[in-house]
Amino acid sequence: MGMEAQARVVLRLSGITKRFGPLVANDAITFDLHEGEVIALLGENGAGKTTLMNILFGHYSADEGAVELFGAPLPPGNPRAALAAGVGMVHQHFTLADNLTVMENITLGTEPLWRLGRGRAAARGRVEDLSRDFGLAVHPDARVGSLTVGERQRVEILKALYRDARILILDEPTAVLTPQEADDLFATLGKAVARGMSVIFISHKLHEVMAISSRVLVLRHGRLVGEVRTAETDRHQLATMMVGAEVAELEVRPHAPGPVLMGLRGVSTPARGNATGLRGVTLELRAGQITGLAGVSGNGQATLAALVGGLEMPETGEMDLAGAPVEGWSPRLAVDAGVARIPEDRHKTGTIADFTLTENAILESYGDARFSRRGWMDWRAAEGFAQDIIATYDVRCPGPATRIRLLSGGNMQKLILGRVLERGPKIILANQPVRGLDIGAVTYVHQRLLRARDEGAAVLLISEDLDEVMALSDVIHVISEGRLSPAFARGDMTPAGLGVWMAGHGFEEAGHAA
Amino acid sequence: MRLEPVADPGLGRSLGYPAAALGATVAFAMALALVAGADPFAVLGLMVKGAAGSKFALLETLNRATPLIFTGLAVAVAFRAKLWNIGAEAQLYAGAIVTVLLGTGALGLPWPLLLPVSALFAAVAGALVLLGPATLKLRFGVDEVVTTLLFNFIMLLFVSYLLEGPMKDPAGMGWPKSEKLIAEARLPRIMEGLRLHWGFLLALIAALGVWVVQTRTTLGYEMRAVGLNPEAARFAGLPVGRILIKTALLSGGLAALAGWSEVAGLKGSLTLDLSPGFGYAGIIVAMLALLNPLGVVVSALFVAGVFVGADSMSRAIGVPTYIADALTAAALLFMVLALLLARVRVRRG
Amino acid sequence: MEIFDILLSATFWAAAIRIASPLIFATVGELICERAGVLNLGIEGIMIAGAFTGWFAVYSGLPLPAGVLMALLVGMAFGALHGTLTVPFGLSQHVVGLGVTLLATSMTYFTYRLALPEVTSPPRIEAFAEWPVPVLSDLPLVGPALFAQTPLTYLAFATVAAVAFVLYRTPMGLALRAVGENPAAVEAQGLSVTALRMGAVMAGSGLMAVGGAFLTMSAFNSFFFEMVNGRGWICIALVVFGAWKPWKSLLGAVLFAAFDALQIRLQQMPIGAVVPYQVFLMMPFALSILALILMSRRAEVPAALMVPYNKGER
Repeated sequence: MGMEAQARVVLRLSGITKRFGPLVANDAITFDLHEGEVIALLGENGAGKTTLMNILFGHYSADEGAVELFGAPLPPGNPRAALAAGVGMVHQHFTLADNLTVMENITLGTEPLWRLGRGRAAARGRVEDLSRDFGLAVHPDARVGSLTVGERQRVEILKALYRDARILILDEPTAVLTPQEADDLFATLGKAVARGMSVIFISHKLHEVMAISSRVLVLRHGRLVGEVRTAETDRHQLATMMVGAEVAELEVRPHAPGPVLMGLRGVSTPARGNATGLRGVTLELRAGQITGLAGVSGNGQATLAALVGGLEMPETGEMDLAGAPVEGWSPRLAVDAGVARIPEDRHKTGTIADFTLTENAILESYGDARFSRRGWMDWRAAEGFAQDIIATYDVRCPGPATRIRLLSGGNMQKLILGRVLERGPKIILANQPVRGLDIGAVTYVHQRLLRARDEGAAVLLISEDLDEVMALSDVIHVISEGRLSPAFARGDMTPAGLGVWMAGHGFEEAGHAA
Repeated sequence: MRLEPVADPGLGRSLGYPAAALGATVAFAMALALVAGADPFAVLGLMVKGAAGSKFALLETLNRATPLIFTGLAVAVAFRAKLWNIGAEAQLYAGAIVTVLLGTGALGLPWPLLLPVSALFAAVAGALVLLGPATLKLRFGVDEVVTTLLFNFIMLLFVSYLLEGPMKDPAGMGWPKSEKLIAEARLPRIMEGLRLHWGFLLALIAALGVWVVQTRTTLGYEMRAVGLNPEAARFAGLPVGRILIKTALLSGGLAALAGWSEVAGLKGSLTLDLSPGFGYAGIIVAMLALLNPLGVVVSALFVAGVFVGADSMSRAIGVPTYIADALTAAALLFMVLALLLARVRVRRG
Repeated sequence: MEIFDILLSATFWAAAIRIASPLIFATVGELICERAGVLNLGIEGIMIAGAFTGWFAVYSGLPLPAGVLMALLVGMAFGALHGTLTVPFGLSQHVVGLGVTLLATSMTYFTYRLALPEVTSPPRIEAFAEWPVPVLSDLPLVGPALFAQTPLTYLAFATVAAVAFVLYRTPMGLALRAVGENPAAVEAQGLSVTALRMGAVMAGSGLMAVGGAFLTMSAFNSFFFEMVNGRGWICIALVVFGAWKPWKSLLGAVLFAAFDALQIRLQQMPIGAVVPYQVFLMMPFALSILALILMSRRAEVPAALMVPYNKGER
């Protein structure tokens, strides 16, 4: 765009500071946003991007500093004021009610609550116009619970447009999209910007930031550490600014695969609630090989993970462990069969927040003879075990008696890694293993997975981050609507090529998923 | 307003707020006394005196605390595993029924043997009563709060049927009342001449036992894990269903022992008013004790003292005894709020 | 068969509708709370408080409608207590609800004993009389059943209609349905989660109290202890049975009341001489449990039911 100098300032943040207890999430942040401008807010997980935008949108109020919108100060602590002033926000976790229709979600809160009846016809016309003008196809009467992730995001954007938003904040909007859907999103944003919309785009993906923004603001540990025009920078410089140090590229040496340790042949499972079932999935996990699973979230990854992790049984099809058919299958049996499971949500399923590190460390093995005898716990042995994990896996914590809720995500994940890897697993299920971690922890987890591979484990890496899957995997499958693509060898596929499969094309031709 | 967790509450917060809750309870009691037109300090004084002012008062409080320790433990064990057992009342009566069935001559065992056997069967009966709602929860996902509550009413009607029918005391002059237990089935007094029976000591032992189970055994570890995060427990391979069933059996058994000790230790027979809400009061006892089994003993003594003291105070100056129910209920609400405030800071925005 | 005679008699259905009325108020009250995401176990105690308040107001000389209003206000006050503890403070809805029930019950008994210290049999009041609707009440069967009831019964049906209208036809209802499903969606659209939930709990609790007041002001004409007798817990089952929908809940309440009326009549029949009366009295409770089992897997539970919302925690 390149005309920020002349354009009007629509948003001014001055000296925004926000503390959570001892943590300073935002430290005196100041910047302007101009009309028709797209700025990217770049930073690692935990750098304070989302907190800053939540202050701007009114979810939080700042401890210090002020927000000015179109020249007028924004009263803090209430999204209503931000919405009225023309700010729209597309949250990373969508804020939609599944039991309501698209129209109902869009019009929610836009009318006086005590009106008798709702003005539906006019609203409907407006929503249809907006969705046509901005290329946001979604049926107004569909229940949101039945929509795909991409459609839900369109509803979120429609919500903002319906309220005549002049400033649009998008928090990691592409994390849940296929490459093609991301392109569509960028096209929509282009149309909006052409009409004078200003956009704040939160991301940690450098190529997107380079593609869409005119200016980049870099946050690190709550501070604004850099502000550059996109045209005058490159990915390397941005990465260095974001991390605060030179970023080492992950080195992945090729490794010869061994025998198949787990095999699925034509496995189908029923859909359960929001979880997509599997349709005729055939998959081989080989020793000494990382098998990557790419795909948009909600396409059956959760079910496949549940299957490998022991929470689900095939309805039809066969499952075997190193050639031996699986008869009974449960989390307990999976653990005993040498499956290490790193769950998708380390807070909800991976750990028990109010348990100590010791209690969390033995969650899968408390019944072993080393920790309990005839129903009596040996707490001293358990604590020794936790101490070992803390030392070996570099878990930063006051001690094994600390409640795990007080640990950072990275340290929590290291404890989980230690808990499962210490058992010398044959198969490793790594479901979103680095989601939400800072770069140091990401590197650590990746190196551990690579080392386990080199030592002969079969690794199944499930991630929504295509870059991560492509960087680590020896072979890649794409999952879409519960179907699995053929395996692509490392280096055989481009992101665009995988994106075609992620969007659900190619399965019929391949005849792979009968 | 927003609640922000405090990383390390420290001793000040963790003791200060519960102390404030206790203070608020006392203030509430005084306010009720004022409403009743009595001198608040006189009411408090008489209540303390009535609960602990004499040997007789103290023993009365200990006797009243006995069933409350059992039901408090039952609730504490269940709530720890997030099994919402509100049916201690029904389980108590199940225990009482079995105690009467075995203790009125049906089982001809000599003195030291009959008591443990009747305790065992009473506990089994209570455990089975809670097994129903627990199974419904696991099988059909039916909320156990409502089913255990409804079971309380069914059980009371069942007792009413028994006392007017098959278990009616022929010598009871038409009152709905069971026969008296034979001497071999009665819990003796701890000391000759003291109006305190062995049930109290057994309740203390039960509290210690539950504490050992919770802190030292794999079952205790499993129950805590399931209570704090059932999803993580299931993922890690814990047999969540089986653990909940074991919890239900333990909890129902403990509640039934309250009925056993009341019948065998105090009343000697079963009537429809055997429990003036011991099952519900057990919830208050357990919550005031923060679900800690040893704390249950302390809070049961407190709650029992409030009730015994209120009875005595009411006889003296006529303020209704329901002041005791009101202020223990208020103490429950004050305490849960205090426990939260000890852990979080209230911030705006 | 005699049962058919009963089922075809107008007096039977009139009794069923009368028995259903307090349940309808309280069920719809609970439904409002749960639709907003709050399980209100205070219901039993709030009904007791409402029963006493309405009766005592009239006993003290207030007109009948003022008694209903007083019950409503007392119910809302307990709702405010429940809501404050469970909504902004996000405390366990199980524990707080039971606490509110215990507190409301004991405060009611305390007040009763204070007001009437020496009374053995509680005094009666001049309760609501039947208001037969002209013409309609002369219809066969439905006439006496539906149109010869007291004003409070008409109010119960009107309340269901009003709640259904608000819930499905107004922006307020939209917000309520959303806040029980995903409070973050409501907040992101500029509405206050706290205000909506507090309002719902207070309104719902008010209706529960009116349901209790029906017992003293339109059925038994007097107040005695334990008169609510588990009706509150039954209403919680009825909400599940009605799949969190107002008209279905009303239907459930009427069906349930019909069974209750039937068991009362069966007690007087030959079978009543064989089967102990306690078995008949158990029926409502057993039926509630059965309803829960049948409906538990089918109904669509509000997704955020019993999940407290703390701003900014996601």
